[in-house]
Amino acid sequence: MLTPFLALVRKDLKSFFADRRALLMSVAAPIAIASFFGYIFGGSGGQTETSRIPVLAADQDGSAISREIVSRLAADKFLEVKPSDLGQAREAVRKGKATVAFVIPKDFGAQAGRAFFSAGNKPEIKVLYDPSHGAEMSMVEGILAGHVMEAVSKEMFSGPSGRQNVRETLAQLDQSSMPQEEKESLRDLLRAVEGWNAGQDARKESGQEVPREGLTLPYQVSSEAVTSGSGIQYNGYAHSFGGMGIQFILFVGIDVGVGLLLQRQRGVWKRLRAAPLSRTVLLGSRATSAAVTSMFVLLVLFGFARLVFGVRIQGSMAGFLGICAAFSLMTAAFGLLVAALGRTPEATRGLSILATLFMVMLGGAWVPTFIFPQWLQKLTVVIPTRWAMDGLDAVTWRGLGFSSAAIPIALLVGCALLCGALAVTRFRWEAGG
Amino acid sequence: MLEVTALRKSYSNVVAVDGISLRAGKGETIGLLGPNGAGKTTTVSIIAGLLRPDSGEVLIAGRPLRGDTDPAKRNIGLVPQDIGLYDEMSARENLRLFAALYGLNSTSRNRAIDGALDLVGLAGRGKDKVMGFSGGMKRRLNLAAALLHDPQLLLLDEPTVGVDPQSRNAIFDNLETLRKRGKTLLYTTHYMEEAERLCDRMVIIDHGKVIADDTLQGLHRLLPAVNLLTVELEDSKKEGFRPEELRLFPGVQSVEMRGGTLKVGVRDLAADSPGILHWLVEHGHPFRHVASERANLETVFLTLTGRSLRD
Repeated sequence: MLTPFLALVRKDLKSFFADRRALLMSVAAPIAIASFFGYIFGGSGGQTETSRIPVLAADQDGSAISREIVSRLAADKFLEVKPSDLGQAREAVRKGKATVAFVIPKDFGAQAGRAFFSAGNKPEIKVLYDPSHGAEMSMVEGILAGHVMEAVSKEMFSGPSGRQNVRETLAQLDQSSMPQEEKESLRDLLRAVEGWNAGQDARKESGQEVPREGLTLPYQVSSEAVTSGSGIQYNGYAHSFGGMGIQFILFVGIDVGVGLLLQRQRGVWKRLRAAPLSRTVLLGSRATSAAVTSMFVLLVLFGFARLVFGVRIQGSMAGFLGICAAFSLMTAAFGLLVAALGRTPEATRGLSILATLFMVMLGGAWVPTFIFPQWLQKLTVVIPTRWAMDGLDAVTWRGLGFSSAAIPIALLVGCALLCGALAVTRFRWEAGG
Repeated sequence: MLEVTALRKSYSNVVAVDGISLRAGKGETIGLLGPNGAGKTTTVSIIAGLLRPDSGEVLIAGRPLRGDTDPAKRNIGLVPQDIGLYDEMSARENLRLFAALYGLNSTSRNRAIDGALDLVGLAGRGKDKVMGFSGGMKRRLNLAAALLHDPQLLLLDEPTVGVDPQSRNAIFDNLETLRKRGKTLLYTTHYMEEAERLCDRMVIIDHGKVIADDTLQGLHRLLPAVNLLTVELEDSKKEGFRPEELRLFPGVQSVEMRGGTLKVGVRDLAADSPGILHWLVEHGHPFRHVASERANLETVFLTLTGRSLRD
């Protein structure tokens, strides 16, 4: 039985490698797409520039505070701020040329100053945003809040309008309807501010260094990407090459299934069945060649990613090879299942491509699953592509050991056995015979 | 060599094979004749072990096939109706693969491949890819692929479909060679002239049933009038012409006048025609033209079923 088995496997492999165009498509296409996805999802080690969010600023106030706010936003590394007016800003957001626009209304500075020390009417900054960029809108709102607080507090504590405001508030404090106790507290605070400003003026005149004026955020952020080790940066290509590898070897599986259906339509299948061969040899040889082909495609993809983008298997190499082998087996079994359940090659190809695209999309092969909503993340744990992706992420850029790959490997092998068994029992041996 | 008894096979509500029985001795060539959909391919598929019959029995060399891996399958060489070859591979690579399926070792495999390519006249094209072959060459290679393991019984399912006359003749020559080597051939076709040329015996099937099983001569005997002599008379309205008198001749089966043409059905054209023509001359009925029409399997099928083989 070994001679026919090996002959059939050799024939399949020879056919695969002899078809240069198909071979190129199996390898070049995933490389091209994975390179693109890898680049937009962070590239290798943060080499890719983060795109700045296009923001328009319509300053209808023109006060010191509003100018300070616009200036601070323009200096922010996450934003690309351009001046505009309300009409232009609204049109630009509507057309998608700007993600967010904010409008600082007339008298904003004065009203914000008054509202800073007392419960006066708070002026409103209008924010126009593109609804397809909800996440950026939240980000810009957070950045805006910080800069407004700093600009207003600076002006209120040490700027000319702030000093004027302090003097006026102190003068009018007795006429205020505020409870006596609060009036006293506010008077103390405002006098302290006047005293602080006088002290700062004196330091300036004597040529001494003056600390930053106004309120600032009472903390700094120190961020650290937790990767496989210190000094090792996240490599977006590791995920994208894994994802595209998974997708394209599933296409290899589809080719196996459709190929079997095509064979059954032709005389070759009859000839194979007329020979004294078991069903295990007939389907097993096909599954073996599919698994070998899939493993080859995965290894070539990661080899390319290693050479060109510096993707490394930071964790267990055995785990990595185990996941590749287990998923290759799964792909082969998937191919047999396609052949077992399919009717015509044409219809089967369309349906199985659709099923594959759903599997890779939900399995996190295109974008990592942590982007998904919680309910979807929980739902997709049953999808084999998710197991493969989680396993590959674990042993590549997360740098985890074999134990993190063991469960995905076991699940994938289990799934392969299940699909294989289902395929053998549902395979219509007599069709076309 | 082959004994098929009361074979039945149905798909859903359609009965494809309905109690077919046939036998083929060693070195015999049996034609399995019938129109499309008569059940020929299903019968061949059951004999080859590709399909399981609902009932009935197939014995190859005296024993039934038991399962997919039964070594007795080596006695059978199947030439499927569709070309059973890999286009992207060369002729030799195809044959190497199919020889390996029967477990032939390297030496015997090469010998078998050389022999098969030689037999079908493709010895010089072994290294060429099948996709570059003409339809006729593919058919010949299709035949060669079934010969590698030297089977005793060859099942040929319409092996000449879609080939040019030259290639068809080449395939016939190949099959005659195989017959001379003592192979048993079961040849399905709906071309009666192929069966007439090749087969020792014909099994005619229709709607899954055997409607005749005999030699060509035996089948001809089934017909009431198997041959037709057509005589175009110079003057059919001449006084005293009584063509029905021809019925007195022992071999004459039927006499019919249509316009100026006399049609006489005879058992044996060679034996009966001279007497009829002599009678016409002797009785003063000269003729312009004489033609004869020999009955063939098409006529047999038409007589037995009331429809044409190619319906």
